[in-house]
Amino acid sequence: MNLTLCLVAIMLIPLAVAGLALIQQGLGRSRSAAHAMLATLCAMGIAAIAFVLIGFSITSFQGGPAHTLAVGSFHFDWIGAEPLAASSLRFDNSIDILAALTLCFHLFAVGIAAIIPISAGSDRWRIGPICAATALLAAFSYPLFAHWVWSGGWLSQLGPMFGIPAFADMGGAGVIHVLGGLMALSVVWIIGPRRGKYSSDGMATAIPGHNIVLVVLGCLLALAGWIGLDSAASMLFYGAPPEQVIAIVINAMLSASAGGLAVVATTRIRYRKPDASLSANGWTAGLVAGSASCGMVSPLVAIFIGLIAGILVAFLIENLELRLQVDDPGGAVSVHAGAGIWGLIAFGIFGPASAGTTAENILAQLVGIATLCGLILPLLHGGNLLINHFIRFRVDSDGDWQGMDIRELGAGAYPEFVIHADEFVPR
Amino acid sequence: MGFVLLISGWVLVLAALMLLGGIAQRFAFILAGLAVELLGLHLLGSAYKELQSVPRKSGAQR
Repeated sequence: MNLTLCLVAIMLIPLAVAGLALIQQGLGRSRSAAHAMLATLCAMGIAAIAFVLIGFSITSFQGGPAHTLAVGSFHFDWIGAEPLAASSLRFDNSIDILAALTLCFHLFAVGIAAIIPISAGSDRWRIGPICAATALLAAFSYPLFAHWVWSGGWLSQLGPMFGIPAFADMGGAGVIHVLGGLMALSVVWIIGPRRGKYSSDGMATAIPGHNIVLVVLGCLLALAGWIGLDSAASMLFYGAPPEQVIAIVINAMLSASAGGLAVVATTRIRYRKPDASLSANGWTAGLVAGSASCGMVSPLVAIFIGLIAGILVAFLIENLELRLQVDDPGGAVSVHAGAGIWGLIAFGIFGPASAGTTAENILAQLVGIATLCGLILPLLHGGNLLINHFIRFRVDSDGDWQGMDIRELGAGAYPEFVIHADEFVPR
Repeated sequence: MGFVLLISGWVLVLAALMLLGGIAQRFAFILAGLAVELLGLHLLGSAYKELQSVPRKSGAQR
């Protein structure tokens, strides 16, 4: 593994966080903009600390210590056994490069998973519960699934155990994005829609984002971050050589472009004019879906994966909002969970057939998806319900109208622009 | 109920891997497990949708 290249790739990942934060902030309302950015900063900080203190001992690294669970003749490697607080790592001459780089990568990756739900809870999810839920995610849920997929856990050993290829997630479509998207779904279920979003007969009202310029800037920043994320994960966990990083860069750009353009065309056809915020979501969805296969597919396949991701997201966002009344202002559930699941399946279909037949590859990917939805989602939701029992997730009714900036921070993000004065009048 | 179905679907998938050998049988059971999970998701989503529409219909303030 090329240490310098891997380290540079890891150092690009915070750009993905910055990009996602701008997208989320721009898609929310102006009266909660400062709150959204501060929540992102807090979530990143809490996630990093919780991961180092507890999470890394569960995640461990490839070849690191782990506990196995025997079920009949099967031995499931289900949890890492590193000491708490990463105390086994040495940063002197005897440094274990792989372990140190793995920790470094996860510090940022867990931050991305942690900030995804913030956009779904925009305008009503309080900072205290955000921090508590983030700590739970970074200390337990994320590390557990990351261990299963990337650190020699049972999902990466489906071959020796069950004779099918390992569940593969080259850039974190499942470990980071589907997990974050499912967390967003759980949060939306608990806090409910924004006040005024649905009328008494269930009709949805459009509440547009307040700054589309920031959203699009966020998309461009996210591209750079994603290239780092995909490259670092591929090199660290799948031993991708430096030459493959070139393919990762090309495919990331292609799938993002195809995703964005697919939504531009879809919304142009359906509504006669392209929708900028939905198109930005399409761009991100292309990046998310492309993450599963990274540089392991041809550029043409990367375009196809992004194209389907874009169309899927436009369809999902509309149906979740209108039919299922899932009020997700940033589209986190559709973009991260929806497109991520598509990306994982697509890797099964189009990925290299060296490990098994296409049917076996798809089967392995379906096992991973079933684990995310059938085990990780109940774990996340159970944890969130528990936290909500002690610290209420949702802001009170006054906060709903005042906005989170005034309610929780005491000052707005744009104090010189009073363009929504009526929002502070009690109704 | 939705919770139970989500976990049941995953157990079905795991059981298919541990107990069945043929690719076609495994595929069928894993798809069935995913269908059970989808049903669980639908039930959970419907329950929350119903729960949240009650305060709106009664005009209650959150």
